[in-house]
Amino acid sequence: MFVDTVIEDKALHKPVFLIGLSVTVLAIFFALNFTNTLFGEFLRPVIGDPTESGFFGRLAVSLVLTIIFVLNLLAISFTRLKVQILIVWVELLLLFLAFAYSFDLKMSFIQSRIPLMISRGLFTTIYISAISIVIATVIAVIGAIAKLSNNGFAYAISSFYTSLFRGLPLLLQLFLIYKGLPQLGFMVDAVPAAITALSLCYGAYMTEIFRAGIQSIPKGQWEASRALGFKFNLILRKIILPQAIPIIIPPTGNQFIAMLKDSSLASVLGVWELMYLARTLGQRDFRHMEMLLTAAMIYWALTIVLEVIQARIEKKYKQKS
Amino acid sequence: MMDTKTNIQNNTEMTPVISLKGVNKWYGDFQALSNIDLEIKLKEKIVICGPSGSGKSTLIRCINRLEAHQEGKIHVSGIELHERMKDIDIVRQDIGMVFQNFNLFPHLTVLENCMAGPNWVRGIEKNEAKERAIAMLEQVKIPEQADKYPDQLSGGQQQRVAIARSLCMQPKVMLFDEPTSALDPEMVSEVLDTMIELANSGMTMICVTHEMGFARQVADRIVFMADGEIVEQNTPEEFFNNPQHDRTKVFLDQILK
Repeated sequence: MFVDTVIEDKALHKPVFLIGLSVTVLAIFFALNFTNTLFGEFLRPVIGDPTESGFFGRLAVSLVLTIIFVLNLLAISFTRLKVQILIVWVELLLLFLAFAYSFDLKMSFIQSRIPLMISRGLFTTIYISAISIVIATVIAVIGAIAKLSNNGFAYAISSFYTSLFRGLPLLLQLFLIYKGLPQLGFMVDAVPAAITALSLCYGAYMTEIFRAGIQSIPKGQWEASRALGFKFNLILRKIILPQAIPIIIPPTGNQFIAMLKDSSLASVLGVWELMYLARTLGQRDFRHMEMLLTAAMIYWALTIVLEVIQARIEKKYKQKS
Repeated sequence: MMDTKTNIQNNTEMTPVISLKGVNKWYGDFQALSNIDLEIKLKEKIVICGPSGSGKSTLIRCINRLEAHQEGKIHVSGIELHERMKDIDIVRQDIGMVFQNFNLFPHLTVLENCMAGPNWVRGIEKNEAKERAIAMLEQVKIPEQADKYPDQLSGGQQQRVAIARSLCMQPKVMLFDEPTSALDPEMVSEVLDTMIELANSGMTMICVTHEMGFARQVADRIVFMADGEIVEQNTPEEFFNNPQHDRTKVFLDQILK
């Protein structure tokens, strides 16, 4: 992206904006009413008993929060870009943790269940996703080539496939495979059914990504290759795909991340992956939030790992060209 | 290993390497080529010129069948080009082509660009392909750029690599499709010098170009096209000093101003 070389004044440093922002934030804090929370307790010396402080207490709490909020923004705005990003990230993360903490979580419960969630749930989730990703990639390469070929059968089959599998909800595909195939005499276990559904569905999306990536390579590359007497397969393998892969990687990374989380749909078939365990482990003791939030953090961590890997690969290809 | 297998039979000086008879081509309703008759003999140097849209590029792209003609016959070394032919790749291996936009392979180094053809389709061992590539890069005077990638080179250098890449296939004929049109003015001469040297070495060449100085110096024959037709063809001397056709006179007036 192009970043312009002319720097505009920061909106935060304009008085009008700053006042408008402060008033808006004050109104929001006032409406949300934090008097009966920790913040009210902090202001007890000023407003007395928070529960009986009334309008004045509510306003005082809101005002203090607004001042903290706006000063925080102003302070951040004077730091360097990288520092800004880091501080905002950390603050948002703390807010999220505070939100999670507000559910009155029982940490010992999480600690006692986490080994099973990781050894069984995380393992199954990764296992299903990894196999599906490999199969979907193979399908995508074949599908994209078929869609670009002059062969009527190949084009028709691959476009029918992408149309169908992009057109049905993944959950529905999952049920069709799991419940449908046994009626035809093919017994499928839940895990292979989930892998099949995920591979076919994401293979269809990725077929389109690969096709677009291949088509984005200039026609001149094909012409120069043809003029040298190269055949189709050689051109694709040695000239076109090596140039298309760097273009394909970012959207494909997105698909991998989406698939990782969509593997949670396998829980409806009773597969003991992360989501299933998150729902069932907490049920007996009515500790739903503990398990759901734990699963949420594990999914998030996995996604971050994938994002880092994607960034690494992108960087590698950038250096090469 | 000896020289590469020769795919196209050797011609005597007399028989044409390339012949086009009554060639017609349309894009939809637009007729791009009409009734083209042209013969090119071994070692002959032809310059094709004419206003833009006159069908010059289409014509030479038909010679290695990057474009399909609809009527008439095109023969390259006795092999007819048509849509059901099985051995187009073999014909193409013997016809080098240089494009206006170079079309080098950006993910390969200069050396790899030059080795690709011989190594992948001529079946020549890597070491030998490398030796040949270095020799050709020396011929176009950029052996020191061998390990760079195309986008690290200037336009003129890229085009010279493209010429070397074609020469590594040891073609019988070289086609040039406006090879200097995309270049900055100061780089035109380095490419033209390479082409002149190649012409002096006896290569059969067909060049679409607006470089009239080059045409005068190198061409055995200048073919002037307009509206998809060959309006006139003549030796450079006759063509520049004594143009026969009004359209040729107008064109020369504009281009030599």
